[in-house]
Amino acid sequence: MNDWLLQLNNRIRTLVPGKGLIVGAPWFWLALFFVLPFLFVLKISLAEPQLAQPPYQDWIREIEDGLITIKLNFGNYAMLWEDELYRDALWGSFEIAAISTFFCLLIGYPMAYAIALSPTHWRMPLLMLVILPFWTSFLIRVYAWIGILKNNGLLNHFLMSIGLIDQPLEILHTPTAVYIGVVYSYLPFLVLPLYATLVRLDNTLLEAAADLGARPWKQFLKITLPQSVPGILAGSMLVFIPVMGEFVIPDLLGGPDTLMIGKLMWTEFFSNKDWPLASALASVLLVVLIIPFVLMRHYEQKAAEELK
Amino acid sequence: MLKRYPLLFALLFLGYAFLYLPIFSLIIYSFNESRLVTVWGGFSTKWYGELINNGPLLDAAWLSIKIAALNASIAVVLGTLAALTLVRLRGIRGHKSLGVMVTAPLVMPEIIIGLSLLLLFVAMEDLIGWPAGRGQTTILLAHVTFSMAYVTVIVQSRLAHMDTSIEEAALDLGARPVKVFFAITLPMIAPALAAGWLLAFTLSMDDLVIASFVSGPGSTTLPMVVYSSVRLGVSPQINALATIIIAVVSTAVLIAGVTMYRKELKAQRKS
Repeated sequence: MNDWLLQLNNRIRTLVPGKGLIVGAPWFWLALFFVLPFLFVLKISLAEPQLAQPPYQDWIREIEDGLITIKLNFGNYAMLWEDELYRDALWGSFEIAAISTFFCLLIGYPMAYAIALSPTHWRMPLLMLVILPFWTSFLIRVYAWIGILKNNGLLNHFLMSIGLIDQPLEILHTPTAVYIGVVYSYLPFLVLPLYATLVRLDNTLLEAAADLGARPWKQFLKITLPQSVPGILAGSMLVFIPVMGEFVIPDLLGGPDTLMIGKLMWTEFFSNKDWPLASALASVLLVVLIIPFVLMRHYEQKAAEELK
Repeated sequence: MLKRYPLLFALLFLGYAFLYLPIFSLIIYSFNESRLVTVWGGFSTKWYGELINNGPLLDAAWLSIKIAALNASIAVVLGTLAALTLVRLRGIRGHKSLGVMVTAPLVMPEIIIGLSLLLLFVAMEDLIGWPAGRGQTTILLAHVTFSMAYVTVIVQSRLAHMDTSIEEAALDLGARPVKVFFAITLPMIAPALAAGWLLAFTLSMDDLVIASFVSGPGSTTLPMVVYSSVRLGVSPQINALATIIIAVVSTAVLIAGVTMYRKELKAQRKS
């Protein structure tokens, strides 16, 4: 069996022309424009800000011919550690990312499960309905919530007209609005991988359980849910990681008390022109995100293996 | 199924309502005569008229379309090569590292990609003088970097589920690998390439954060214009723009979806 696979593999390899170029072109592109830039972030995070263009002082400098000085500045990291603002922002991002991932799961799991259970010829159109909003502009979809959530917006108007409230609820520019925006924007990211896992689950176990008299609810808890755990975890990271660095949603829907690290980085960079501090923030965020990223890769591979 | 799990399908329906409510509200209010969201001032297309006369916005839209089209074309080539490597060149040097490098941009916060690329471009200009300044070129380079990752995912899944027997038959009959690739493999993965191109195009059209970091004076893209007017609150012109974007995208996706669906039905009937 293995021999046969190996042979097939070798044969398929010969199908592809110019192997070097095939690996090389995307590899070098990503190495140059995706990996290498992180080294510059680390480098600039140790530099000192100055009023010039670019607004930082290189810490490797040549004073006279051949004489090089290195002057590292750890002040940016010290400031991140000492100033509560940055710790609160990191914690705020974590809180918002974790809670919204949970709500995405709560809404997304039943959706994915319903699509997976529907007749075969329904699945494609139902999935397309989930993907379609993802294709229209993210910025504009977030903006749409301003009109709905603001004090004299659609939601308050509706709630007051049916007599549920007398005073408009203040939702826009609060954390609630940020949660709504995040869950709304990232829901498709979770539904798709969950659907992919659920649709390929082994049905024989479910049938056996049903034959033995297990109720549908119990079948789900004992069989379907445990089998879909790798899909749940991989999909959750797909939401959690980008939300940790989200800028647009807290900026448009959040208020001054919505502290998130992405928004803070934007302010440091564009308003305060403090490139070194923004770089230090980015480095910290990057290190924090390595753990969920490794988890995601692990469970993605596990989910893929289980399907084989 | 609907009868067996009524609660589940009710939840699915609610989920769709949540996904589409904001979109429909944008469309409806783009035809509202009144500037206020809650007041219906009668049907009007005046915001579309204002949109057409908004010069800076149209310039930005044109720039975004140019960058997006170029970006999509380059991203499809690089993404396809990456997908070929990941699916068919297991064990070759760089396979594993490419796998990691191509997954990371999918989840990496945009704000980190934007900042890191800007610092790279500044350093590169200092060292080798290219790219000179920031503008269309740097936006394009940045967009290709993250959109090729999405193209890779799409093409990769297509390649992984593809029947290789036809390719093998052609090879057995003595066709050269290059010929086999262009005559058989490429047409077979063409739908995935088209989907990848479209996705890369929309991702580029939509990007605010990364473009804000790496753009320069004179290269304002559409999302940047939208963002600066949206920050000030609800703007009916943006509702009109949103409606146009939604109309174009849903038509394209519907056409693509129906074509693929029909093909699949045909294939199922044949087998």
